[in-house]
Amino acid sequence: MTGQTIVLAADVPFPPTVEDFYLPSIAPWGGHDVWFTKVTLLLWLSVAILILYFLLSYRKPQLVPTKKQWLAESIYGFVRNNIAVEMIGREGVRFAPYLTTLFCFIFMMNLWGIIPFAQISPNAHIAFPIILAVISWVMFIYLGFRKHGAGYIKHALVPPAPWFILPILVPIEFFSNFIVRPFSLAVRLFANMFAGHMLLLVFTLGGFAMINANALLTPVSILSWVMTIALTFLDFAVIALQAYVFTVLTASYIQGSVSEEAH
Amino acid sequence: MTSITYLAAEESTHNPIVPLWQELVLGTIAFGIICFVLMKFVFPRMEETFRARVDAIEGGIKRAEQAQAEANELLERYRAQLSEARTEAARIRDEARADAEGIRQDLLSKAREESDRIIAAGRDQLAAQREAIVRDLRSEVGTLAVDLAGRIVGESLADEARSRGTVDRFISELDTAGGRR
Repeated sequence: MTGQTIVLAADVPFPPTVEDFYLPSIAPWGGHDVWFTKVTLLLWLSVAILILYFLLSYRKPQLVPTKKQWLAESIYGFVRNNIAVEMIGREGVRFAPYLTTLFCFIFMMNLWGIIPFAQISPNAHIAFPIILAVISWVMFIYLGFRKHGAGYIKHALVPPAPWFILPILVPIEFFSNFIVRPFSLAVRLFANMFAGHMLLLVFTLGGFAMINANALLTPVSILSWVMTIALTFLDFAVIALQAYVFTVLTASYIQGSVSEEAH
Repeated sequence: MTSITYLAAEESTHNPIVPLWQELVLGTIAFGIICFVLMKFVFPRMEETFRARVDAIEGGIKRAEQAQAEANELLERYRAQLSEARTEAARIRDEARADAEGIRQDLLSKAREESDRIIAAGRDQLAAQREAIVRDLRSEVGTLAVDLAGRIVGESLADEARSRGTVDRFISELDTAGGRR
């Protein structure tokens, strides 16, 4: 972990490595404690901020909303109407609270990636995307069995196709529905956050590396830092988009499970 | 320095797609907490508020519609009553007119009958009186004429039969003269 000490000096390590994602413990008693790191701190902060925000802005709900109440309501209304109801239909309202929680949680966790001084998203650690993906996975399978009983297996695996293609289609359906889905959900979110952080690291540290290597490269270093700022904006788009995509896909899997007709 | 960093990279103990189990535990707890709080205390209340809002708006509309419907019904009922009253009035008027016409016709026919009856009775009476008078006159005129003739001639006419024949002839002459008159 010598790498961490030299970050403070002008002489920065380059190129960034996977180890840059695994920050040291912040536990006051020191040592290498994975329970207390910057990432877990940001996780708890996300939870605390979201809970406080919603509880405070929805303390006294009124029929004619105040500005704060309206904002909190529009977040819920957005997920409820544009994702839950749009994807699942009328009964999607039932899932709106979970989907909204999911959306807000992912968004907040992602957002740390561009918030100054935090600048790493906990979702760049695959553990958190895995948890969310597993919940979605268990959820849509559970809902499928609850809705169709044992018929869910047929509902999910046997598409309406001529019988002679089924031997090929059924394994493909199984693979895509029950294995690829959770995997792609988790990896998509994780990889986007990982890559976002990596890009910012490359351009920031790259600037330092070049300016250290040769003073003549100063303009290129400055360009590199400008790129960092531009990429931060790009990252914001990715952050919002990934939160949206994860929520929409979860809603779509739920829809596939609770719908009457074969998908 | 760079060599050390590279060394650290080579010694990398972390595989980015292998989760840390501690983070799995913490993430599950954290997400569980946020799900519990938001899904129990925040979003259901929002849903409630939405419903109350919809109720407030739709309820208002519904109430207005109800009032409108009530008013329409009332109007319809009044209209129906009015038209009923109108037809009733027309019926009464028609009946009265018909009654009056009937009464008039009755009276007229009765009066005509009465007058006819009076005329006929008068005519009969007249005829009877005339008959009686003619009969009286016939005998009286005969006697008078005979008396007169006897007085003028101064002698009694012996032959009654001849005198009666003369008188009868005379009267019938008178009759024909009267009928011609």
